[in-house]
Amino acid sequence: MTKSELIDILSQHQKHLTYKDVEFAMKTMIEQMAQTLASGDRIEIRGFGSFSLHYRPPRLGRNPKTGDSVPLSGKYVPHFKPGKELRDRVNSSIGKVEIREA
Amino acid sequence: MALTKADMAEKLFEELGLNKREAKELVEMFFEEIRGALENGRQVKLSGFGNFNLRDKGERPGRNPKTGEEIPITARRVVTFHPGQKLKARVEAYAGTQEQ
Repeated sequence: MTKSELIDILSQHQKHLTYKDVEFAMKTMIEQMAQTLASGDRIEIRGFGSFSLHYRPPRLGRNPKTGDSVPLSGKYVPHFKPGKELRDRVNSSIGKVEIREA
Repeated sequence: MALTKADMAEKLFEELGLNKREAKELVEMFFEEIRGALENGRQVKLSGFGNFNLRDKGERPGRNPKTGEEIPITARRVVTFHPGQKLKARVEAYAGTQEQ
């Protein structure tokens, strides 16, 4: 499922909102989530999961072309931990439905 | 402070002029549709944010950490999140003065 399909579904459910409204709402929600992580804060959605940042310490990397080692500084990466409801619902589908591409 | 559904609904109320009930419903439905898709085996791609993928893991041997007793960990399906390039770049730019 892609963002545009999600907009389609939500606007079918919300008849009083136009496609444009839902598109803008979705953009707003995703931007708020990204902005939260970009400013170092967590996202906690009960029944869905939480997003936080994990620190990756500095390390020596390598230039794959020349083989030279390059120092890489420490950085943060986004991390998602699924909540109980999402975990249970997904797990209950094993063996019943095939995994399909988005 | 962590971002919650209430914060997201508040933002929709402020920026879109939705009433509070509509805003709350839309946020709830957004996460519910993603859960529903994943529950139906459908992976989810949100451009500008990341992808929610599914993985089937086979049974493997485990141990009760308290008693040391061997118990198999049953086969399961799990959700994994892969942040997109754009989100990774934005997060990486965060200097991180405070610990999470």
